[in-house]
Amino acid sequence: MTARVGLNCDITLPGPLALDGGGVLAPVDIAYETYGTLNVDASNAILLCHALTGDQYVASNHPVTGKPGWWTRMVGPGKPIDTDRYFVVCPNVIGSCMGSSGPASLAEDGQPYGMRFPVITIRDMVRAQAMLLDHLGIGRLYAVVGGSMGGMQAITWAATYPTRVASAVVIASTARHSAQNIAFHEVGRQAIMADPNWRGGDYYVDGKGPDAGLAVARMAAHITYLSEQGLTEKFGRRLQNRDAKTFGFDADFQVESYLRHQGLSFTDRFDANSYLYITRAMDYFDLAEEHGGHLANAFRGAATRFCLVSFDTDWLYPTSESRNIVHALNASGAPVSFVELSAPFGHDSFLLDVPDLNRVVDGFLKAGGQ
Amino acid sequence: MTGLRPDLAIIAREVAAGTRVLDIGCGDGALMAALRDEKQVDARGMELDPANVAECVARGLSVIQGDANIDLADYPEGAFDYAILSQTLQTTMRPDLVMQQLLRVGRKAFVSFPNFAHWRVRLSLLWGGRMPVTRLLPVAWYETPNIHHVTVDDFRALVRDQGIKVEGAWFLSGDKLTSAAAANFRAEHAVFLLSRS
Repeated sequence: MTARVGLNCDITLPGPLALDGGGVLAPVDIAYETYGTLNVDASNAILLCHALTGDQYVASNHPVTGKPGWWTRMVGPGKPIDTDRYFVVCPNVIGSCMGSSGPASLAEDGQPYGMRFPVITIRDMVRAQAMLLDHLGIGRLYAVVGGSMGGMQAITWAATYPTRVASAVVIASTARHSAQNIAFHEVGRQAIMADPNWRGGDYYVDGKGPDAGLAVARMAAHITYLSEQGLTEKFGRRLQNRDAKTFGFDADFQVESYLRHQGLSFTDRFDANSYLYITRAMDYFDLAEEHGGHLANAFRGAATRFCLVSFDTDWLYPTSESRNIVHALNASGAPVSFVELSAPFGHDSFLLDVPDLNRVVDGFLKAGGQ
Repeated sequence: MTGLRPDLAIIAREVAAGTRVLDIGCGDGALMAALRDEKQVDARGMELDPANVAECVARGLSVIQGDANIDLADYPEGAFDYAILSQTLQTTMRPDLVMQQLLRVGRKAFVSFPNFAHWRVRLSLLWGGRMPVTRLLPVAWYETPNIHHVTVDDFRALVRDQGIKVEGAWFLSGDKLTSAAAANFRAEHAVFLLSRS
């Protein structure tokens, strides 16, 4: 049991949480952090939704890596998501491995769920978040904000709880996973499952998990987060700590060494089964499908203001995906702003130094208070 | 409505309060902000330049980055009371098609444009023999965004051909209103209010 608000909070909610896949999750553990102070009428709460491998440590040091939070550019005193003005809640999604219910959690029999954990959806994550907000006494959100998978949660919030969301910020995201998105995820999952240490997901007992498979999954995914231009500028064909090629399979190139490091360090902080479950949730995501095949139906009658941002070098969730959402919002008459920003970092741009992104988010959020 | 460009000031004055408006090529959002603040208009904007879009969003306006040539097609029919296209028609690829889109998404449309038949433009071409560079057309032919120069009479002909009804017309010389008489010669700038007939 920890404090209700502040850093490193966690709560066990009784549930039950009815899942899209048909099962039920009960109880529901949710780990979260809050920043700032909830005002008297609980009208200044912003829900921050993290991406696939993100977590609740949005603006505080990560307990495993010791690194600063993943969005300190955006969240903090005087930042666009200003913790002096807003009460910011950032929960770890269910299915993850940073304290919320996931495959590494203990099932009723006292053993880790492993692959017995139910397959979840983005909407299941959102429903769990709604239960957390109920617990915290937050009815209507001033805003819900997310990038990438966080953006999927943000639009799902607006579609599932239209009266509970005043404004939604959806960055570098999509209303559905494309064949290419699913394909890349399947490569990652197969890498994990092909690792002999995966053992059908039952690797928690001796702690020898499928690190090699998870590292390969991360390496493949990491490429999709960058742009060719970014890779070329950062690494080109430069060699790693050597003057000539070795005519072997060592990491001759800097880009190889970089990816290997990314893969390896990822295994220190992430659970392979969680990676399977969360990528599956993303692949299943198709907001239009949940609304009779018409995305505009998802936003019918929504009073939510929307702000969508894409990046010109993002080929994982390209601008066309954001435009798809914008068209649906236009068709449903919702107030929507959209801008494609120029940034060299590919999909990861939403996490990196793009001053225009801060400007847009800052202005959009402040205008919501008018 | 002070501080607005003269053609925008006319539009701002004529738009009915409490209506839904789409401002295409809304720039920094000055007209939208005035309509919102002074006439309780539900204003939406479309703008090509991302820096302008960011500026608009930062002002609390609902603006999407889009191209009048392409993205108007994505709005449902009759979604707005007014579609506004100010000083943009002459920059579009197919002004005739854009006009049709304006009156598809809007019940009415405001269109403003610089008049290429203004006497100063005519004199400049007649005596100089070069493509005119004037106060309202300040950019040389090779770098101007104005790719479809239009005159008041050209515009009236297009409107007639498309079966569009002219509900109002205002003509500017300098920053002042001038009469409709001989507008094709005397007006530097024209503002039309159109509707589907």
